[in-house]
Formats: sequence, C-alpha cells, structure tokens
Amino acid sequence: MGSLASSAILVSLVYLGLLFALASWGDRRAEAGRSVIANPYVYTLSLAVYCTAWTYFGSVGVAAAQGVGFLPVYLGPTLLALVFGGLVRKILLIAKAYGITSIADFASARYGKSGTIAGLVTVVALVGSIPYISLQLKAVAVGIELLLAQDGPGTVERAMGADSALIVALLLAAFSILFGTRHIDATEHHQGMVLAIAFESIVKLVCFLAVGVFVTWTLFDGPVDLLARAAEAGLAERLGFAASSLTAADWFVLTILSGLAALLLPRQFQVVVIENLEPAHVKRASWLFPLYLLVINLFVLPIALGGLILGGTPREADSFVLALPLVHGQGWLAILAFLGGLSAATAMVIVETVAVSTMISNDLVMPILLRMRALGLAHKPDLTGLILGVRRAGILLALLGGYLFFHGVGEAMGLVSIGYIAFAGVAQFAPLLVLGIAWKGANRNGAVAGLSVGFLVWLYTLVVPSFVTAGVLPASLLTEGPWGWDLLRPTALLGLTGLNPVSHCVVWSLAVNTGLLTLVSLLTRPSDLERLQAILFVDVEESRRTPRLWRGEARVGALEELLVRFLGRPAAEAIWRAEGARRGRPLEPEEAADARLVERAERQLARAIGAATARAVVASTVRGETVGPDALMEILDETQKVLEYSRRLEQKSNELEAATAELKRANERLTELDRLKDDFLATVSHELRTPLTSIRSFSEILLDNPDLDAEERAHFLRIITSESERLTRLINDVLDLSKIESGRMDWKVGPADLGELVRTAVRAAEGLIAEKSIALEIVVPNDPAPVVCDRDRVIQVVLNLLSNASKFVPQPGGRVRVELVRRGPAFEVRIEDNGPGVPPAQRETVFEKFHQLTGDLNTQKPTGTGLGLTISRQIVERFGGRIWVDDTALGGAALCFTLPVGSELPARAAA
Amino acid sequence: MPERRLGQLLGLMMVAAVLLNFPMLALIERWAERQGLPLVPIYLFTVWAAVIAVAAWLIERRGED
Repeated sequence: MGSLASSAILVSLVYLGLLFALASWGDRRAEAGRSVIANPYVYTLSLAVYCTAWTYFGSVGVAAAQGVGFLPVYLGPTLLALVFGGLVRKILLIAKAYGITSIADFASARYGKSGTIAGLVTVVALVGSIPYISLQLKAVAVGIELLLAQDGPGTVERAMGADSALIVALLLAAFSILFGTRHIDATEHHQGMVLAIAFESIVKLVCFLAVGVFVTWTLFDGPVDLLARAAEAGLAERLGFAASSLTAADWFVLTILSGLAALLLPRQFQVVVIENLEPAHVKRASWLFPLYLLVINLFVLPIALGGLILGGTPREADSFVLALPLVHGQGWLAILAFLGGLSAATAMVIVETVAVSTMISNDLVMPILLRMRALGLAHKPDLTGLILGVRRAGILLALLGGYLFFHGVGEAMGLVSIGYIAFAGVAQFAPLLVLGIAWKGANRNGAVAGLSVGFLVWLYTLVVPSFVTAGVLPASLLTEGPWGWDLLRPTALLGLTGLNPVSHCVVWSLAVNTGLLTLVSLLTRPSDLERLQAILFVDVEESRRTPRLWRGEARVGALEELLVRFLGRPAAEAIWRAEGARRGRPLEPEEAADARLVERAERQLARAIGAATARAVVASTVRGETVGPDALMEILDETQKVLEYSRRLEQKSNELEAATAELKRANERLTELDRLKDDFLATVSHELRTPLTSIRSFSEILLDNPDLDAEERAHFLRIITSESERLTRLINDVLDLSKIESGRMDWKVGPADLGELVRTAVRAAEGLIAEKSIALEIVVPNDPAPVVCDRDRVIQVVLNLLSNASKFVPQPGGRVRVELVRRGPAFEVRIEDNGPGVPPAQRETVFEKFHQLTGDLNTQKPTGTGLGLTISRQIVERFGGRIWVDDTALGGAALCFTLPVGSELPARAAA
Repeated sequence: MPERRLGQLLGLMMVAAVLLNFPMLALIERWAERQGLPLVPIYLFTVWAAVIAVAAWLIERRGED
C-alpha cells in the first residue's frame, strides 16, 4: 500500500465516478419511464440526506462532551416524521398541483406569487446554507489533513498546496454542477441525483456502522465491556442528562428546531417535497426514516466513549470516527471511514446547492433580469442556457461562500455549532409555511414582516456571536452588549438568560417572526390574488377539484413560444403533443388558448423557473391579467375599431330603413294608383255609357218609328249627333289624359308668346261666345310675353277654361273677362265669369277626374267630359306653372293659371 | 391515509414528545443516579425504538387501507 492519503484520494475519485455513473443510469431509466427510485425505500434513503458530516463526525464530537446532548437533532425529525402523513401530504398535494420548485417558490406562491417573498426566502436560505456547507468542507478537509498527517509531514500536502478546503470546495462545486444542472428538466425531478444520494445514504450508514462495530467489538469486548471501562475511566457521569449541559427548555427547543429543519432546510424540502414521485411513499417513510436515524446513531456513544477511554480529548472528538481506525493501524477501515464522511458531505452539498441554486435562478436572479428591460430578455428566443448558467454560478457562489465562512469563522467552531446556525436560520420559514397552509388569513405583508425581522434577529443572536467566537468581533459585544447596552447583548436579549445560544435565538426569532406574521396579517388587507392563493393552498383538497379560471386570452402559438424559450423546444413540443393528444386534435397556433392550457403552461414554466417568474412571463402573454401600456393601447385600438364598425353598421341600418320607408311609400303610391286606375276605368265606362245609351235609344226610336215627322226626326238626329260629338270629345280627352299620365304624350316644346296664344284661343272660341251672347272683355297687352311650352296644348287649356266659363254664365247677361298680367317670374292668365262660382271647399276637387260641379244653381245637364280641368292642370304643371280657382270682382269664378317667363320669343318665321 | 390513522399517529407523536422530554428524562436521571447505571441513553434509545415500532405497526397493519 502506498501512502494512505493518496489511496484515500484515489478511492474517493473512483467513488465519485461511480456515483456519477449511478446518477446517469438513474436519469436514463427515468427518461425511459422505468424509474428505479419510485419506491418508499429509495425515498426514505433520500430523506437521510439529513444526516451529513455533522451526523457522521459531529455527533461523536457532541457525545464526547455532552453525552445524550446530540440526540434532540434526531428525535425532532422522528416526531415530525410521525405526522408526515398529514403535514407533508398536504404540502405535497399543493406542490404537485401548482408546480412548486423550491421552498422559496412554495412560500412565494402561497403569498400571491410574490417576488418579494421568493427573493427573501432565497436570501435566507442562501445565507443559512453557507455555514452548513462550510461544515461539510471542514469535515472533509479535516479528514484529508488527518490522513495526510498519518503519512508523515510533507509529501502530498505540499503537492496539493496547503489549502485542502478550497480544493474540496471546487471539486464539490464541479461535481454538483455536473449533477444538478445538466439540463432544465420540465418535471424538475432529478431522479439520477436522488438515486445517487440514496446510495450515499447506504454508504455512510454502512461505513459508520463498520467503525462502530470495530470500536465496540474489536477495540473493546462489546457494549458491556465498553460501559464498564467507561465507568472505570470516570465517564459514567457523561451519560447522564446533566452532562448534556442542556436545560429542559434547550432540549425541548432543539427537538422542535430539528424537527422543523428536517422539512425546511433547502435540501430537505427538495428531497421530501420536490423530488417526491408518489405521495404514498411518505407513509412508509414516516417510520423508516426515524429507523434510519436510530440506526445511524446507535454507535455514536460507543465511539465517543471508546475514543475518550483510549486517550482522546473531547476537543478532538469530531475526528474520532476517522482517528480511531487510523491510530489502530486499520488503514483500509480508515479509508472506509473517510469515504463514509465524504459520502455524507457530498450528498448534502449536491442537494443543498441544487436546491439553493434553483432558488437563486428562479426566485432571485431571473425575475430581476426579466424585469430589466434594457437586457431585452423578454424577447430572447432561448433562455435555457442563461438559466443553467445562473444555476451553475449559484452553486459556485454557495460553495465559495462556504469556503470563506470556514476560513473566517468555521475553523474556530465545532461542527454541530455551525450546523445549528443553519437550523435556526431555516426555522424562520416555519411560521409562514405552517400558518400559510393552515390559516387563510396569513398574508404577504405579514409573511414579509415576520420573515425579515426573524431573519435579522437570527443574524444578531446567532451569527454575530459566532463571529465573536471566531475573534472577528470583540468579546465585549457578548458580555456588555453593543455600546454597553446590557439589554441588547446578542445571547441574552432583553436580559433573557438560562438558555443556550441556539435556543435563545430560536425562542426570540420564532416568537417575533410568528407574532409579526399574525399581527400584520390581521392589520393589512391581502390582494385578490393572495386571497385566491390562500384558498388554493389551505383548501388544496377542494381546490384541486375545481378548475381555476384565467381571465384574459392568449394565442396557442404565443404560449408555445414561451415554453420553447424557457424549457427548450423538445420539452415544449412534448407538452404540446400531450395536450393535443388529450384533446384528440393537434393544437393550432392561431387558436385561442383556453384557461386550462394557459394554466398548464404556467405550471410547466413554474416547474422550471418558479411560480413568481412563470406568473410574470405568462401574464405578459395572456392579455387581461396584467395590462401594460402596450396592451392597453391595443385594447383601445380594438375598441376604436369595434366602435367604427358599429357606427358603419348603424349607418347601413339607417340607410336600409330609409330605403324600406321609400319602398313602402312607393308601394302605397302604387296601390293608390292602382285604385285610381280602377276608379278611372269604372268612371270612364260609366261616362261612355251615358252618351251611348242616349245615342242608342234615339236611334232605336228612329228605327222603330219610320213615320215620325221631319221635325221630330231632325230633333232626335241632332241629339244623336251632339251625343256622338260628346262621346268623341270624351274619348279624345281620355286618350290625352292617359297619354299625359303615362308620359307618352308627344310634346312639341318651343318658345311662344303667351299673349298671342290667348288671343288665338279667344278667336277660336268666338263662335261659342257669340252663340250665348256673352259680353267678352279681353285685357291682353300687346307687350310680348315669352314662355316655353307646347303652344297647341296651351291654346287647348285657354279654350277649355273659356268653354267652362261660357257653360256657367247666366243667359242672358253672361260676362267673361280674359286677362293676361305679369306677376314676378311668371305670366298669369285669368278667365273670370259672373257664373255661380265655386264654393271654397270644391276649389281643389274641381281638378279631379270626372268631377263635375253640381249644385242648385246649375240645373243644366253638364256638357263637359269632366276631364277638361284635369287635363289643363297636367299641361300647365308640365311647363312649370300652376292652375287654381280664385275669387273675382265679376261675382263668379276666376280660373287662373301661370307659366314661367321664358328667355326668348319665338322666331318671326315660326310665329 | 384514513383520518383515524392520522389521529393515532398524531397521538403517538404527542406521547413520544412527552416521553422523550424533560419530566420523564429528569425522573429517569434521578433513578439512574441511585442505580449507578447509564440509564438515560438506554431509556432514550428504547423509547425511540418503541415509538418507531408502534408507528410501523400502525402504518403497516393490514385491512385499513
């Protein structure tokens, strides 16, 4: 055998290689869907990551000085494990339902997905982890020093450089990076890592038991002999409770503290909650885990007593596990002992740094980076590389922090004292977590207040004293208080004494933490999101059954893009395929994502990057949750478009309404015309029959009575002739009217002199007037009266009016007056008579078809067709004039019509 | 796990907490001094083992899951 140290280092490297191979195999099996860790035994062994170098080396150190004083650290987790089935099961349900990735994530999700809480918990966890990691470095470094010392001074030590702790730190960092950050797993289960640490739990247990058996049965003759020798050496007192230097209160507080730590330490939360594959495993672990703790502690007292009996001092007891085989020449057993310690330390460091670096990336760095607009991360296509980089940096940070703490403070302190600092630090999570899942009233403000003040109290009452112990701060701080303020002594705050420093810190910090959480929660109002999350967490059993509702909407494609950026394309596509398979059709990029899909995406993202970050990035895609200025503008724009569209629609509708009304009017008009036509036809038939009847009856009389005298015959023939003329006129008028009304009238429009037309008409009517010896008065100036019209038709109108007038004037003594005057833009023709006149009520109806004036004064049978005035009106209106009945100084009626003044006179030749 | 069993385990935790804490420890200590035996560690480990055994029996017994 060469030098012991080099053998040990060689064995260690082979061991670490083996561990890595095991982890890779575990990962491959997990990817193939044949997990090797999905059983309660591996789960229990992974929980045993609780037993670190502290347990492996430090317990013996404590036992050597304080007897049973090392036990509360294991009794606490035992008690807690008994109620795993209730407490942890609930946390597991919540974590699985909402894709929790760490304890910071859990706390943040509970308190309204608060980034503040996530960051705060991360900081506390990181600060708490550093002393604990330094403890592991110290244990491994001390082990190496011991092995080196055995080889004699010089040699390897010089070859390695003096600082073995730094080398150990860097090696462990590299190892953790290899283990924990190979890829971003969408499910965030590190199955390979869990398998490796379960294996390490077996290794450290076997190694420790081997040393214990060696001490008890090789160095001594069994436990009875060991006890007897201890009594001889005066060590029996060491086994009593009094020797523990713990008060009843200390014992009690340390038990509770350890119980909390077994769940709240970042690495414990990681293995108990995050890496859990099946909640049912928790059940068996609730007695197997305590059993593991019991077994690994069986030989603590024998080794401690053995070391002391064989001449060791309590100060050296931290290294008894390694030193006893070494001193007694058991080289290979010493290497085994070192290996056990190494496995305990590496397991802790790997899981702790993975847990803490996940928190650093998900809950601290990424949210800040994403919020920094200048970096433009929100638009980067692939962020997986960045996330992994941040995690790797986080691992390095935690280990280098541990190294610095070891150098500055840790070298002066026992392993267990360092460990307790970390315990008390993470215990600050207990109030917000336990109250968070039990009491809906706990809100963000309360959690922030409780955690931050509890953290400060922890720093002041436990971390500051450790700096004093290390000589960094003056001892007077502990004995006299800062600036001589006695009440502010860090280990006797407000004069509280009678507790050891750890209990003192725990009592104060947890009291303040819980008190503030409760008080502030009661005094402040939570946001809606906080209230919702509180209900989801506290009533997780009920909440899981009802789907959550997302307000707002997002495109499927946008969501997928988001998943690709944070999870990588293969993982995102796998999720989309699964979602498509569940629906029975592939998802279309343009379709709107339903609430379920949005939630699924958020959950998947939360698994990789934490609830707070996932919330932020999903909210940026889903419109309606958080409305930024851009989204607001877009919504406004849309609203405008909708309004515009609605306005146009309204306009169209109005137009349509107008058209409908017009149609309706046209229809009514058509119906009216139809009715008028029917009336007209009925009237025309009637009017035609009257003269026909008369003609026919007189013709029959003439036929039947050939011997009528000539006078009578002439009389009858005159009637027949006159009726025939009337019939002809009637038919002419009907034809004229129908031509005019149907627009088929052949108008011969041209310039004319209205005066000339009137005179022509009067000349034509001279016979008629003379026949009735009517006194005709004509007032038509010789001045030209230019109009545009069909001259024959206008003559017809004047004739018509003259013939009407002549019909109604009394006989004898009839008077008719014809006048032409200019009134503004028109010429007016008035034809007045001294007849009976037209009563005002009939002055409009006389222009209707077949309207014939009847009345007492007119006993004569009407000779007109009843169409004359109707036709006259049609003609006058055709040329832009109007016609009406007026009063007259002659006492009868005045029929007047106008025609607009024309621009030119007819050419002489035409006239 | 059925409510009843959770209750039983909670009760076991309470009992264990009392047995593994100060009043009992002080009694054992007093008794051990008179006997001259290292009874405190033996007592603690025995109670611890017994608690685990009872828990295992409560959790693993058949017919209630």
